[in-house]
Amino acid sequence: MSKTGEGISAQSQEDRDLLVLLEKAQSRFSYLSQEAIAELAASLGLSISEVYGVATFYSFLSTKPQGRNVIRICKSLPCLLKDAQTIIESVEKAIGIKPGETTPDGKFSFELTNCIGACDKAPAMMINNDVHRDLTPKKIAQILKGYE
Amino acid sequence: MPEKKIVLRNCGVINPKDITTYLDRDGFKALEKALVKLTSEQVIEEVKASGLRGRGGAGFPCGLKWEFARKAPGDEKYVIGNADEGEVGTFKDRYILENDPFTLIEAMAIAGYAIGAKQGYIYLRAEYHYLLDPLEKAISQARKKGFLKHFDIEIRQGAGAYVCGEETALMDSIEGRRGEVRYRPPFPPTKGLWGKPTIINNVETLMNIPQIILNGAGWFSQMGTEKSKGTKVFSVSGDVGKPGVYELVLGSRLKELVEDLALAEKVRVVQVGGATGRIIPYAMIDTPLSFETILGAGAVTVFDESRDIIDIVYRTMEFLAEESCGKCTPCREGTEAMVEILERFRQGKGSEKEIAVLEELASTMSSASLCGLGQAAPIPVMDSLEHFRDDYDNRIQQS
Repeated sequence: MSKTGEGISAQSQEDRDLLVLLEKAQSRFSYLSQEAIAELAASLGLSISEVYGVATFYSFLSTKPQGRNVIRICKSLPCLLKDAQTIIESVEKAIGIKPGETTPDGKFSFELTNCIGACDKAPAMMINNDVHRDLTPKKIAQILKGYE
Repeated sequence: MPEKKIVLRNCGVINPKDITTYLDRDGFKALEKALVKLTSEQVIEEVKASGLRGRGGAGFPCGLKWEFARKAPGDEKYVIGNADEGEVGTFKDRYILENDPFTLIEAMAIAGYAIGAKQGYIYLRAEYHYLLDPLEKAISQARKKGFLKHFDIEIRQGAGAYVCGEETALMDSIEGRRGEVRYRPPFPPTKGLWGKPTIINNVETLMNIPQIILNGAGWFSQMGTEKSKGTKVFSVSGDVGKPGVYELVLGSRLKELVEDLALAEKVRVVQVGGATGRIIPYAMIDTPLSFETILGAGAVTVFDESRDIIDIVYRTMEFLAEESCGKCTPCREGTEAMVEILERFRQGKGSEKEIAVLEELASTMSSASLCGLGQAAPIPVMDSLEHFRDDYDNRIQQS
């Protein structure tokens, strides 16, 4: 077994759930490389296209290298009504990249996302699995400092 | 009609990290009653008689669903708690899971007994990953206390896809595939997860079960309207003074929720039911909230007089186009085409002809799409054309 696939392939009947395995692989390697996808496909007896199809269906899975921290600002209506646009601009300014990009030092990837269920505390964003609520442009720098 | 706490009765009262505080509030008494005093059929009869309908938006009678699964042949059956709360503007299930995970666990155990299932799954959306650990701890406490001997619960996590809140897409996702909607029939109660009889209920629907078993169907069905029994939990956000979660007896008026409780002022329009919901102009603010009128999953987004209707509809359609699973053509292509047309109206470059195109697309999408996403996607467009036609006419390009 190659280095990328080690420990992410299915080990037993109970551990053959593709989505679970993809989530594990992503949390370990930060993204799903072509090699990892091919290896998973082989170990599960699935075609590469099937595994690739699943990997690209879900917005929290990525087939491209990602930064160590993924920022996702909610762009759905309840957040937009509370000036999410100024939060987007504050983050762009703070880390110098646009949504869809990763900082050159690999520290942050930046995305816009659909409703994250924090509308009562809008505007809101996620960084990795943390939710940050009631955002203001002033809070952004301090929040970003918390991530290495 | 007043606020009434059935679903939220323990929220803010118990300690969600400590099962003994739940036991002090009659926790697991309904499960005990079901297991000791009632047959599976009697549990189902009680739920049927209560009139409880699905709270995820579709409003299917809960007891009937359970009965179909109970009667379906097979030894292996499943219960799924749908915690893939993705509808825009909805956060009630998050609030419930944060504050009272035990009622959900008890309800799923009762459901398992009723239909003859030994295994349950909670499908938790990726955005709620921070709830995974507290939920697992709650399940483990219930296990240690011996409440999950006949039935066990596992949590499966989503990976970011709105359409997975749809029951068959959710099952495909648990099975490890793209979350694409299935053709029906067969329906999940006969052929669901891994092809086995399965019931799938919204978190909020399940939260009603223990109280129905303890207090009886008669108690529950006294509340509400003819076809909408009990309460509904609403998630209110947008241009309001007090955004948050409110539980009201079904049939309460939109005005009471939006103006009296959430303290909205100068309301222009309210979107009820999120992206696939209704666009309600202020003139209709007295509309009762019920399955007979407007409801959805209970997302209530309020827009004041400064907001642009076309922009609201455009953003809504943009969301639906992104989240369409792509399996059926009317939804995949229809939502994209509507985004393009709405974008032109937004820029003041619309045309009379394109209003007719929107209407034609809407008719095809609502009749020919595979699931609720595509079927309901045209609703905001059609509602806004009906109530705010001037907004469209003002954006027709004058050449």
